[in-house]
Amino acid sequence: MKSKFGLGWLIAVYLFLYLPILTLVVFSFNDSRLNTSWGGFTFKWYAEIVNDREIREALWLSLKIAFFTATASVILGTLAAFAMVRYTKFRGRTLFSGMINAPLVMPEVIIGLSLLLMLVSVQRAFGFPERGIMTIWLGHTLLGMAYAAVVIQSRLMEMDKSLEEAAMDLGCRPHQVFRLVTLPMISQSMVSAWLLTFTISLDDVVLSAFLSGPGSTTLPIVIFSRAKLGLSPTINAVATVMITIVAVGVIFGSIWLARQEKKRAEEQAAAYREAQPT
Amino acid sequence: MADAAQTGNSGNSSILRINKLTKKFGDVAAVDSVSIDIRKGEIFALLGASGCGKSTLLRMLAGFETPTSGAIVLEGEDITRMPPYQRPINMMFQSYALFPHLTVTQNIAFGLERDGMPSDQIDARVNAMLDLTQLKAFAKRKPHQLSGGQQQRVALARSLAKRPRLLLLDEPLGALDKKLREQTQIELVNIISEVGVTCVMVTHDQEEAMTMADRVAVMQSGRFLQVGAPREIYETPQTVYVADFIGNVNLFKGSLTVDEPDYVMIDSPEGKIYVSHGITGTQGMAVQVAIRPEKICLQRTAPTPAERESAREDGYNCVRGIVKNVSYLGSYTTYHVKLDTGMTLKVMNSNDARHDENRLDWDDTVYAWWDGSDVVVLTQ
Repeated sequence: MKSKFGLGWLIAVYLFLYLPILTLVVFSFNDSRLNTSWGGFTFKWYAEIVNDREIREALWLSLKIAFFTATASVILGTLAAFAMVRYTKFRGRTLFSGMINAPLVMPEVIIGLSLLLMLVSVQRAFGFPERGIMTIWLGHTLLGMAYAAVVIQSRLMEMDKSLEEAAMDLGCRPHQVFRLVTLPMISQSMVSAWLLTFTISLDDVVLSAFLSGPGSTTLPIVIFSRAKLGLSPTINAVATVMITIVAVGVIFGSIWLARQEKKRAEEQAAAYREAQPT
Repeated sequence: MADAAQTGNSGNSSILRINKLTKKFGDVAAVDSVSIDIRKGEIFALLGASGCGKSTLLRMLAGFETPTSGAIVLEGEDITRMPPYQRPINMMFQSYALFPHLTVTQNIAFGLERDGMPSDQIDARVNAMLDLTQLKAFAKRKPHQLSGGQQQRVALARSLAKRPRLLLLDEPLGALDKKLREQTQIELVNIISEVGVTCVMVTHDQEEAMTMADRVAVMQSGRFLQVGAPREIYETPQTVYVADFIGNVNLFKGSLTVDEPDYVMIDSPEGKIYVSHGITGTQGMAVQVAIRPEKICLQRTAPTPAERESAREDGYNCVRGIVKNVSYLGSYTTYHVKLDTGMTLKVMNSNDARHDENRLDWDDTVYAWWDGSDVVVLTQ
């Protein structure tokens, strides 16, 4: 009785989460222009994306920005995380760590607005930077760096500190310790941070809306502005493509990680079994 | 007192001199003005409870902690402020600290590559290390594919590969289970003596220190309480703490009644004690008398003078009590004997015979006696 109730809840929650997405995917193959009635199966909306120059360009721009955002965020985030975990006693550490994490909790609208105000006055004073890909990238990196720092920081904290000491003991200078030991140890979390900030940048609307200029419209903004004019099945198709890409990435990523984990566990068990009889 | 132990046996030349080394964390001295000479080729163990400063001392030798004051001199060269990557000292870490992304071979070669050694020489050295630690079959494995004992040997091989002038071992067997530990202790000592490297180790396990080390320093609150060979530390502890820390001990509080050059007598509430050697003390002074549990004999009847030739007179070195606990531990049995004064005497007797008809049981009334030469008088 009780478990049936629990199961019901589970189904209800999953439906609530995934039914809208499922509907969206299904209607991207709808031959009718209306989102309310089924007019037969078609691929024509997908063909339309390919021919839609605005969407193509927006997608390309979004991917570029996401790529550079993720890269810059991981580099800066690694440095910040390293400073916070390994150098525990510098002046203004609390302020520094607070400022790193602030973008995580600050409303995006506020960040966007304040960045816009700053950029406008900087531009007025120096004639630079023009609002566009560069400013969007800056905004996204500000946010992405905070996420990257958190992800990498947690990995660094659980890393056995004696590994770095051992490297130093064996003759590594501090920069060699970082390159030869620390970096390989945290590389997996850096990849996670890269993927995380990539997706954050790819689907960001608020910051992009504040920071984009003429001719630099990201894909989420295009979707958003088109949706305001009325839902078109093309948007459904675009969304489905993005969902597919993300889903494929996530599924393959998890399978790969699970396999690695399993392989590792098996090898470990084998080593101990082998050592038993002696 | 520590000085006496050092100078008493200066057969070998000193390789490492630690001079008044102090490390303070805030106001607390983790290591408090420690001085010692480490001899070439010996295994020197720092033994103490956690927080006694032994790890801090070891980390200062490795270069991970900077001393507040004092000096570390290795073969005449002052290395007090030298960074760890320049010291000709290598360390085997408690957690082994093997690089998980490198194979066994790469782990062992790591330090050699940092020195820019030609690759054919690296290969030769790594192979020699693999032979020494019997790891040939595992050369291509990653650390997680090894058992605990194998990982420990990789860690040892890696720390020996650079032929350090001093090897530091931080709780070398702490991560192994008991059975494996006993076997590995001997193995480790054999490898170290084969290489002939001088070795300073840290341990909280007295058995480990005593099996492996040539000399043991017992540490407490940042200071050396006593330095000496394992037997010396066990048989002639100089302080109550050392006597109590190394093995089990029965302590009687009493006062000195007869102080002769070749014997002393002590009165304690439990009974009169005769000691067949002289001590430095004055009549009437308060002392503690330490007797190891295995040096006490138990029997149901009062011992005859013939049985105990060294006890000078009747009534000395013999107490009566009731057996309150018997723990049979295979090779030996421990008894807790409750004396009239309320004190519990620990006694340990080996089980020589398979069937002992006369064996003692709970609530038996027994006489416990010991030899006058087995007693250690502690004046501090």
